[in-house]
Amino acid sequence: MSVKTPSKLEKIMAAGHFGVTSECGPPRGCNPEVIPHKAGFIKDYVDAINVTDNQTAMTRMCSLAACIKLKLMGVEPVLQMVCRDRNRIALQSDILGAAAFGINNMLCLSGDHQSFGDCRQGQNVYDIDSMQLLQTVRLMRDEGKFLGGGDLDGRPRMFVGAAENPFADPFEIRVPRLAKKIAAGAEFIQTQCIYNLDKFELWVKQARERGLTEKVYIMAGVTPMKSVGMAKYMKNRVPGMDVPDELIKRMSGVAKEKQAGEGVKICIETIQRLKEVPGVKGFHIMAIEWEEKVPEIVKGAGLYPRPVVD
Amino acid sequence: MIVAEQKKLEEIVGQIQDFNKILLVGCNECVTVCEAGGKKEVGILASALRMYFLNHGKEMTIDEVTLERQCDHEYLEEIRDMQDKYDAVLSLACGVGVQFMAEKYHDKPVYPGVNTCFLGATEERGLWTERCQACGSCILAYTGGICPVSRCAKRLMNGPCGGSTNGKCEISKETDCAWQLIVNRLKALGRMDDYEKLMPLKDWSTDRAGGPRKVVKEDVQL
Ligand code: SF4
Ligand code: SF4
Repeated sequence: MSVKTPSKLEKIMAAGHFGVTSECGPPRGCNPEVIPHKAGFIKDYVDAINVTDNQTAMTRMCSLAACIKLKLMGVEPVLQMVCRDRNRIALQSDILGAAAFGINNMLCLSGDHQSFGDCRQGQNVYDIDSMQLLQTVRLMRDEGKFLGGGDLDGRPRMFVGAAENPFADPFEIRVPRLAKKIAAGAEFIQTQCIYNLDKFELWVKQARERGLTEKVYIMAGVTPMKSVGMAKYMKNRVPGMDVPDELIKRMSGVAKEKQAGEGVKICIETIQRLKEVPGVKGFHIMAIEWEEKVPEIVKGAGLYPRPVVD
Repeated sequence: MIVAEQKKLEEIVGQIQDFNKILLVGCNECVTVCEAGGKKEVGILASALRMYFLNHGKEMTIDEVTLERQCDHEYLEEIRDMQDKYDAVLSLACGVGVQFMAEKYHDKPVYPGVNTCFLGATEERGLWTERCQACGSCILAYTGGICPVSRCAKRLMNGPCGGSTNGKCEISKETDCAWQLIVNRLKALGRMDDYEKLMPLKDWSTDRAGGPRKVVKEDVQL
């Protein structure tokens, strides 16, 4: 795959290295220190940092502003954008704003329904969906056009990604759905947190058989478990999450104060196993409110130091 | 049909309590089928209101009538003389009927007795579910006859989202995931290849986004 944007993440994966990303959630307030503080722990251990967009529909500082903060501290952001809150006018306009600040990565998502968040009585927008957002960014970047047909003065040079959940239902469309996202314009995929490695490997194998892994960089999503409680919560409460029983057993087998260490260990083992899977091109480490653990995971998995590209 | 649900008695009372003579008007169409505002419900509500005001020591006349339709000039005309004798009208028709009544009898206060909910079907006695949001440009041909506009919580054109679990929507275990239904149906039709066709951005200008809508059929106009 040839490089099409100034994105460092794209260049690293195009050069054949594993890409490594992590993520930061903006604060529930306008405290300007939160993002730099969180990013401070991880910036030297990853190639880019995703900034979530009002995740779980809880109102937070906007993703674009937080991305600009990262950019100003010399860190490469991945702008997450959901279709829940903005119509096609606002989405295109934010893409242009992001590009004007040198933001070169975007992740297109549909977004959690507002009933999960703090504005249950609000409207949602869903003027377009995440596939159509991918198409929109590609149209703007590759053809220099607005959705309305007008010409752009300057094209947003975005490396465009999407999320995929290999564990969601219905399973038979997981690979067709990946194909559809690629057809819509996705160049990289960050997956849902992987705990069921066998199922994930089956999904990648099926993707490989259809030649999809030659068309998209698949970044395997991992999240270290802090405790057996968190593992159980993920298994039972988070929609679309697949946590096998052996994992819960392994976490409960260690003393409470050692569970966090065990969680990190499992996470490192997961990355090491998935590094061997043809078609996996990188890792997306989501250490939710546990950013300080990212360096240990990256080092433990043999992904440090990060490659330098120009 | 249009599915509605009767408002709570307290809310209805709050709307009409300052009057003395109320005409309670039902409708023989959709609200009869969904058991919210037909002749039967008019009778039950009228009794409940009479009882309420009696218990609260207030003199109140509540008379009943049920029209063939309230969204039609012809039938609304039937109560032209009658409505004159009342302080206000309480309509159990859908929001369309209530408005048509208010337009026709311009100086008569008109109050809604139901909440108009959606366009739906009777799944079983006492259970109505949504099927359509009148988007003005139907795409059922491409989605196996199942509507993602009204039945997917995010009205995704290229679903499902990552939250679909065991056939249910991420918003509730009680709600079917529309995209699971679409996939099941495409499978049954042997049309799974269609799943991979990207649905283009929807033109919402025929939806409420385009402002109040109208349908004109010139060949039948007088
Ligand atoms: S696509 Fe539009 S017109 Fe067709 S059923 Fe759905 S909402 Fe109704
Ligand atoms: S779970 Fe299914 S119905 Fe619910 S929002 Fe997602 S795609 Fe739509």
